[in-house]
Amino acid sequence: MGIIQRTLKKFHGGVHPVENKHLAKHCAIEEIPMPKRLYIPLQQHTGTPCEPCVAPGEKVYKGQLIGRSVSNVSATVHASTSGTIEGITEHMVGHYSGLPDQCIALVPDGLDEWDPTLKGLENPFEADSKSIRDKVREGGVVGLGGAVYPTHIKLTPPRGKPVEVMLINGVECEPYITNDSRMMEERSIEVVEGAQLMMRAIQATHCLICIEANKPGAIKAMEKAIQGLPNFVVQVLPVLYPQGAKNQLIEAITHRQVPSGGRSTDTGATVQNVGTSIAVRDAVLHGRPLIRRIVTVSGRGIKRPANLDVPIGTPIQELIDHCGGLKPGVKQMIMNGPMMGTAVHDLASPVVKATAAVLALTAEEIVDKPEQACIRCGNCLEVCPVELTPCEIVWRAKNDLVDQLPEVHVKDCIECGSCAYVCPSHIPLVHYIRYGKMAVSAQRSEKEKAELTRQRSQAKLARVEAEKAEKERKKEEMRLAAEARKKAAAAKSADETAKPATVESVA
Amino acid sequence: MTKSSFKISSSPFVHGGLSVPEVMKSVIWALLPAAAMGVMVFGWSALFVMLITVAACVVSERLFNIIRGRPSTVGDQSAALTGLLLAMSMPPNSPWWLCLVGGFFAIVLGKQLYGGLGYNMFNPAMIARVFLLISFPVQMTSWPAPTPLTGDHALTLSQGLAMIISAPFNTPELLDALSTATPLGQFRTETGMGKTVREALGGAFGFDILAAMGGMIKGSLGETSAVLLTLGGIYLLRKRVISWHIPMTMILGCIVPAAIFWLIDNSTYPDPLFHLVTGGLIIGAFFMATDYVTSPVTPKGQIIFGLGCGLLTFLIRTWGGYPEGVSFAIVIMNATVPLIDQYTRPLTYGKKKQTL
Repeated sequence: MGIIQRTLKKFHGGVHPVENKHLAKHCAIEEIPMPKRLYIPLQQHTGTPCEPCVAPGEKVYKGQLIGRSVSNVSATVHASTSGTIEGITEHMVGHYSGLPDQCIALVPDGLDEWDPTLKGLENPFEADSKSIRDKVREGGVVGLGGAVYPTHIKLTPPRGKPVEVMLINGVECEPYITNDSRMMEERSIEVVEGAQLMMRAIQATHCLICIEANKPGAIKAMEKAIQGLPNFVVQVLPVLYPQGAKNQLIEAITHRQVPSGGRSTDTGATVQNVGTSIAVRDAVLHGRPLIRRIVTVSGRGIKRPANLDVPIGTPIQELIDHCGGLKPGVKQMIMNGPMMGTAVHDLASPVVKATAAVLALTAEEIVDKPEQACIRCGNCLEVCPVELTPCEIVWRAKNDLVDQLPEVHVKDCIECGSCAYVCPSHIPLVHYIRYGKMAVSAQRSEKEKAELTRQRSQAKLARVEAEKAEKERKKEEMRLAAEARKKAAAAKSADETAKPATVESVA
Repeated sequence: MTKSSFKISSSPFVHGGLSVPEVMKSVIWALLPAAAMGVMVFGWSALFVMLITVAACVVSERLFNIIRGRPSTVGDQSAALTGLLLAMSMPPNSPWWLCLVGGFFAIVLGKQLYGGLGYNMFNPAMIARVFLLISFPVQMTSWPAPTPLTGDHALTLSQGLAMIISAPFNTPELLDALSTATPLGQFRTETGMGKTVREALGGAFGFDILAAMGGMIKGSLGETSAVLLTLGGIYLLRKRVISWHIPMTMILGCIVPAAIFWLIDNSTYPDPLFHLVTGGLIIGAFFMATDYVTSPVTPKGQIIFGLGCGLLTFLIRTWGGYPEGVSFAIVIMNATVPLIDQYTRPLTYGKKKQTL
């Protein structure tokens, strides 16, 4: 079938971080009790932040729209339960700057009452692409694998380039995280239904459910769920980080690379996370927006690791309390996986659409060694799945050689963290590379600004010149006109004085 | 921004556990069998050469840290490794002051003046050896015949120490009795006098390839035991401390041209095996040229670098002014590393031409 190759292609490099998945692997998904207060950020996606469309004191239903999109690249925000809007405030969010962001504070009423106006599609499995996409947009669904890019955009069939295959990403290559595998084990039918709807939307003909070999439970469950579906295959992949990164997954299956700066659909394949699949299903079948998600709470610093079904906006502290609290000696709190996640400053930060895990890590689990000089061992090159030369990027970023950063392809870095994982000098390479990316963007916009200023000032100069020339011309014209008038007058008077003579002479 | 009670850092938060001291330790371990063989073959004096050189390097490193007001970098063990590498490329009866000068030069002028580990342009051990070879040619080319610890002529521990300490007031007869040319030196001298390969290597000199492989030949302290050095190299390859690119290409870069010339005229040019097992080709290929800091980071670059090191070694050995060329070859190639790295950058994901 077309672009799907018979063999798997190993991407370049990769690492084998200690999995630590056993901590939460066997913990069935459990619902957490409704917290006293939810803080729902207005930006939980890649793109434009939402605008609040509720007022403090207003009563809302579960699933009611509370944050409206103001552009296409955006995802709406909904109330995670029924209750009263307390206010629209700045609240701590799990951003690694440690800065607060706009959140809607919601006090649950305990009734958990759905918005009665929410409805699914009539015949969802016969629906056309646009109606599925509209439901997905209304539901505020974003990619739950980590990129949180609005899903309705990803489900728009690209012009001119048909998408043949949809890859459902259940690779889950980050250590500790087990939420995707639990979803596949417990909600396999929902995953498949979501995949079928997404295939309709993007008009893909085949679906591969991609799972790493270390999740036999999920593989078995998904194989059972796809029985009788001819276009579905469960694809088992060897364990290698970052196999779950979308470009590396596409390369493994299709042997093609997503062009630098291009989109995954350029290869004829598209990737969606298993959690996204379930969210799409709920939005299309029942009209239920994305207001809950499955979060793995793990790490050696947590008393009772678990996989929790959590309303979005729940403070992290509530999750930890539900899991028996922290053990002594927790050094670092992480939102999402230990390879690509962010350090949490404050446990009051809420769970958002992008939160796949909350990890409490102890001193033995984390890296806490001082950075040393690069010894150019080349390990970072060996493991980089993008075949970059990370040490060279870092060297340029550290020395602010911003002009040289594009030639070492700084923007192609996927920030998977493999380089820093193997660095014997403990250099936080990803940190420097992020800085480099920002420096390049800043320089580019600076240049664009300068170019615009230059163009403007040139245009102004030209305009001034033109005006001056125009003035001169007018002056000249007036002078000429005046002269002409003078001449005419002179000629007239001369004419008049000469007239009698003429008359005379004629006479 | 509030002050957090948790550690705030950038991803990733976990680490594979590899560290610079661990890398250096692996290399030191890999060198030890050949070093021990050096002591077995050349006697206790070899041990003192190693100890003094390593001590000189470590003390220089610490002193320079103090002068620069920086935290100690002795712990990264790179100074100790430099000392061991330098000692293994020196004559086994080198006088104490030669060891001190060499160690000091390697660390201070070869590394610390550039900014320390990671910033040096040239392999510190190799640049120090080149410096010693040019500055003290007599001491650096007085090679003792093997006097195995188990043999009849073995010096005692104190005699070995005395030999190192008493220099440069070396008793002439002792030095004379011990000094001979290395196989490479011998070969150069004899073929220079118009002798053929067979005459140069056979006869009184009695070159024995098996002895050479085991290390029972004259030469630098640890450069001679091809078998043990290769085993050390394989250990590093297995531990993935080094990759095959540089050692393999350096060896091929030397013995392939050697083989071609030998096939053309085997009365003038020695066979490739001779190139392989005498002198510093093996230690150079596995331990010197593979120095991270002074070799390319890209695999393609490492191949070019290795071939260059090997070819230059062959050229210097065959037509150059010195019988041995490994250290010169490596130092010359070190200078080309930034250029090689710039032009051998791999094609990044998504930038390859492909049919979509």
